[in-house]
Amino acid sequence: MSASAATDPAAPRLALRGITKRYPAVLANDRIDLQVLPGQAHAVLGENGAGKSTLMKIVYGAVKPDEGQIRFNGQPVQIRNPQQARALGISMVFQHFSLFDTLTVAENVWLGLDKSLSLPEVAQRIRSKASEYGLEIEPERPVHTLSVGEMQRVEIIRALLGEPQLLILDEPTSVLTPQAVDKLFEVLRLLVSQGCSLLYISHKLHEIRALCTACTVLRGGRVTGVCDPREESNASLSRMMIGAEPPPLQVHQRQPTAPVLSVRGLSLPKAEPFGVDLDRVSLQVRGGEVVGIAGVSGNGQRELMWALSGEDARAPEAGGQLLLHGQDIAGMGPGGRRRLGLHFVPEERLGRGAVPSMSLAHNLLLTRSESLGMAGWIRTGALAEQARGLIERFRVKAGGPQALAQSLSGGNLQKFIVGREIEARPKMLIVSQPTWGVDVGAAAQIRGEILALADAGCAVLVVSEELDELFEICDRLHVIAKGRLSPGIARDQASVELIGEWMSGLWPEAAAEGHHAQA
Amino acid sequence: MLRLEPRPGASRLWTYASPLLAIALTVGLGVLIFLALDKDPVRALQMFFWEPLKSKYAIGELMVKATPLLLIALGLSLCFRSNVWNIGAEGQFVIGAVCAGGVALLAAKDTGGWIVPALLLAGVLGGMAWAGLTALLRDRFNANEILVSLMLVYVAIMVLTYMVHGPWKDPAGFNFPQSKTFESVTKIPRLMSGSRANIGVMLALAGAVVLWIYLFRTRAGFAQQVGGLAPAAARYAGFSSRRALWVALLVSGGTAGLAGALEVAGPIGQLTPYVPAGYGFAAIIVAFVGRLHPGGMVLSAILMSMFYIGGELAQSRMGLPRSITGVFQGLLLFCLLACDTLVAYRLRWMPKGGR
Amino acid sequence: MDTYALLLAATLNAGTVLALAALGLLINEKAGVVNLGAEGMMLCAAIAGFAAVVHTGSDLAGFAAGMAAGAALAAVFGVLVIWLGTNQYATGLALSLFGVGFSAFVGIAYTQEKLPERLSFSWPILGDMAWLGPALFRQHPVVYLTIAMALALVWLLYRTRTGLVLRAVGESPHSAHALGYPVRGIRLLAVMAGGALCGLAGAYLSVIYTPLWVEGMVAGRGWIALALTTFATWRPARVLLGAYLFGGLTMLQFHLQSAGVQIASEWLTALPYVATIVVLVLISRNPTWIRVNMPASLGKPFHPG
Repeated sequence: MSASAATDPAAPRLALRGITKRYPAVLANDRIDLQVLPGQAHAVLGENGAGKSTLMKIVYGAVKPDEGQIRFNGQPVQIRNPQQARALGISMVFQHFSLFDTLTVAENVWLGLDKSLSLPEVAQRIRSKASEYGLEIEPERPVHTLSVGEMQRVEIIRALLGEPQLLILDEPTSVLTPQAVDKLFEVLRLLVSQGCSLLYISHKLHEIRALCTACTVLRGGRVTGVCDPREESNASLSRMMIGAEPPPLQVHQRQPTAPVLSVRGLSLPKAEPFGVDLDRVSLQVRGGEVVGIAGVSGNGQRELMWALSGEDARAPEAGGQLLLHGQDIAGMGPGGRRRLGLHFVPEERLGRGAVPSMSLAHNLLLTRSESLGMAGWIRTGALAEQARGLIERFRVKAGGPQALAQSLSGGNLQKFIVGREIEARPKMLIVSQPTWGVDVGAAAQIRGEILALADAGCAVLVVSEELDELFEICDRLHVIAKGRLSPGIARDQASVELIGEWMSGLWPEAAAEGHHAQA
Repeated sequence: MLRLEPRPGASRLWTYASPLLAIALTVGLGVLIFLALDKDPVRALQMFFWEPLKSKYAIGELMVKATPLLLIALGLSLCFRSNVWNIGAEGQFVIGAVCAGGVALLAAKDTGGWIVPALLLAGVLGGMAWAGLTALLRDRFNANEILVSLMLVYVAIMVLTYMVHGPWKDPAGFNFPQSKTFESVTKIPRLMSGSRANIGVMLALAGAVVLWIYLFRTRAGFAQQVGGLAPAAARYAGFSSRRALWVALLVSGGTAGLAGALEVAGPIGQLTPYVPAGYGFAAIIVAFVGRLHPGGMVLSAILMSMFYIGGELAQSRMGLPRSITGVFQGLLLFCLLACDTLVAYRLRWMPKGGR
Repeated sequence: MDTYALLLAATLNAGTVLALAALGLLINEKAGVVNLGAEGMMLCAAIAGFAAVVHTGSDLAGFAAGMAAGAALAAVFGVLVIWLGTNQYATGLALSLFGVGFSAFVGIAYTQEKLPERLSFSWPILGDMAWLGPALFRQHPVVYLTIAMALALVWLLYRTRTGLVLRAVGESPHSAHALGYPVRGIRLLAVMAGGALCGLAGAYLSVIYTPLWVEGMVAGRGWIALALTTFATWRPARVLLGAYLFGGLTMLQFHLQSAGVQIASEWLTALPYVATIVVLVLISRNPTWIRVNMPASLGKPFHPG
């Protein structure tokens, strides 16, 4: 542990007082007070856009606050950059990894350390630290060969090698299977028992209750509550987080009709150097049912979405079949599939689902053609009307149909894109990560719209990394792991533990074989 | 200290004001250069901004220079909007001129007027073929179009040099490297007497209108631009980025070739090694200063011709070197790029300590 | 046999200009910035170097002036692209166009100038060897400096922490920024270093290689150097080899012309440019190869925060 002058043992490890940060469009942090005691696992709870990331960037020195004071171990400090933060003993594990793909693990860790160690020394320390905490990692491997979970381990080891007194973790479990989450918590509990404090950022209530002993809740840039999460319920935490209990979802009993999408034995080699091969994927979605695909990112979801949407229109390897209403759509591009009633909402909003620098009205033209005249003439008046109607129906907060896509918040843009595809009255809707990075209110609205669409008879396929979401809205679940798809299981028969096992590829093969034979 | 702050949305004011500011800055820097060269800045500015507009003849000259610039820029703007970086318009211009010249040389004194559209068509096709080479290498082999199209400029100039030194050299030309002067029947029809402006002006303006309609009112134009702005979105929408690549290069090759044909059958009247006048590169500046917008490019083409003509006048009447035009053109583009920052960012005075 | 010795010597000489420029461009591309202004920088450096030698009589002053001109222009480019976030391709083009015009403008006064007699160099002992002597060991010091520089770059990039940081910035500027590295400052330094080397290449061209000034004398070498960095998959040793290959090709063209080979001179002059296209096609065919070797952020803008 780094020796600091005259540390008061009773002083909090970290004390933030009146932290304020203004950006041109928003007040990100508004007079925030926060206290983390030594050896305490302290959660920072808030929905997307509440100001958590900005606050952590301030603590880590990446951003300077406009007002406020920071005290570390009782001493006032000015954290001007991440190097200073590291020197104080503050380490950070980033949500979106700060890793360099073509460099090795050891080189990546070396770049995150400021001591004048040599590369071989760093590799040695990586090995010893990894075994101390039971985290397997090989220092010589290039990072791009690692799985997402392994990449996070590199982030964690890099943070641990800084001998931190305060470790900040930003949404660390979004890329982990349930079993890997348990493993991570073991590591974190060991750290805490050695006197390190934790700042754990998350919006997942059950995780916070499982790991943390203190919690500061943020909403709209302000602190709305400080509590011990072990003594709170999900409902009370939600109330602090979003001001009310989350609206209940209307889940109706539905009678599924004929199969709409039928995938049998789909195998495709990876399209990109760092991608995943698809291996004999089989699934079926019937009208009126919501089928979910669970899985940690990096297991082939991206490749499967490309194959289903038509963005990857390569013919599948021999024996593979892709049918929509019994019609072969392999080799058909996205336009053709849309004309047959298959619509898709991609996981990337800006840059794929919408063109950032174009207006909402123009972005309609990506997938809808109602406002086009003869020979593709754009009827600008009709287009603007169409956009206006969409904005109203789906309660999109935007400056009008001419507002640029990039000016909308994540949640509102997602509402627009989902609305655009739903309004097309598809027979089959595929949605990838429907509520990623979206605030709770918009997320609830989007899930409600998806259910309403299924009620109307549409077949829906949802791919999501949030298990809770899938359990909420799906009738049947699959799991994707390393490019292979598990057999389907009814939601009532599935449990978090079972899905977690299947995420490691451990589903019963015999059942899968039987499924293939039947299909 | 001064800080740049991102704006929530692109500033409409600065989208139009930025080119004007850039022009003002360039003029300001120009005055400094004139002073450094010991020349009267007021008189020099007159050469550039007043003389070219003074008389009907002067305006005609302005149109003669602006036509190839506008034609090439129209095609280039389509390329840049599609994120295809065609830097080799000069080469496409030259090949268009060579092909048109080849057709023109077929004419005899009694050939009919059909030769004019024929040689224009030859120019278009020649330019398209030359640009098509770049498209092919990018499409099939993923070769960077910036470098390929540029290398092809040098090759195109070698083709021209070979033809005028060899097979097409004028036997009665005292061994100068040039082709025969084309028969008068091949001359591009003039717009009005007393001026050298020809129907190329009409073609260029018509092209601007067609481009506007294509870019802003057709789905095909929309699909083309999405490919340049957000390739993943284009793929999502089902727009073919291969088609966008070919359309962009073939169209810009065609317009550049047309410009070459108009130059060689119009003002120049024969094939010489001086056909490559740098219009292909100047048109890049015309396209950017005109904001890649057909209306804007009409104005910026006129502005650039004023730079050219002003440079010629300043050379003959004030003894300023000819290359001053090139300096101004480069300065203008630099200033425009710098001023464009104000469209997306705001300058703020922040007290020390804020980050 | 003697002709081949001279051919080899000429290849080394011709390749040096390309190698210096390409090594400079490699440095800034490793950091993620592509500078299309190489041609303009080299031209301005060529006239700066030539003018400096005319006025001071010192070759060293010429090289220094060339490097300063290159670095200064690169700095302007760097500030525009890195801080004001202008489009890298457009700004590089602007630099090239400006450089062509500006160098022609400044160079008018120097077109008739002559430089003092160029010195000849020779390694002691090695330079006197039969055949190998004239082939390899009688070049200007800058030629050997270039080879040393390529080797130094290999060491710097792959064996030092500085090189690692540079490569990291080019690979993922956002990750480097999140870790606290001054990404923009590092990129500017890389761009200026690249500009200085391009400047040295330009000055070498006008002061040593063909000691005169002619408008546009760089004749596309800046663009060929850009192609070379891609061809060499951003590795300094391969850049050196590629540069000599191209230098050899240019020399071959002269040799064929003077040997009376019956091909029109224009096709021979076009040879290096056609060769560049061929080389680009060959190297770009495998997109995986490029993806794994290319600095991932090349050409993309970086905005902190």
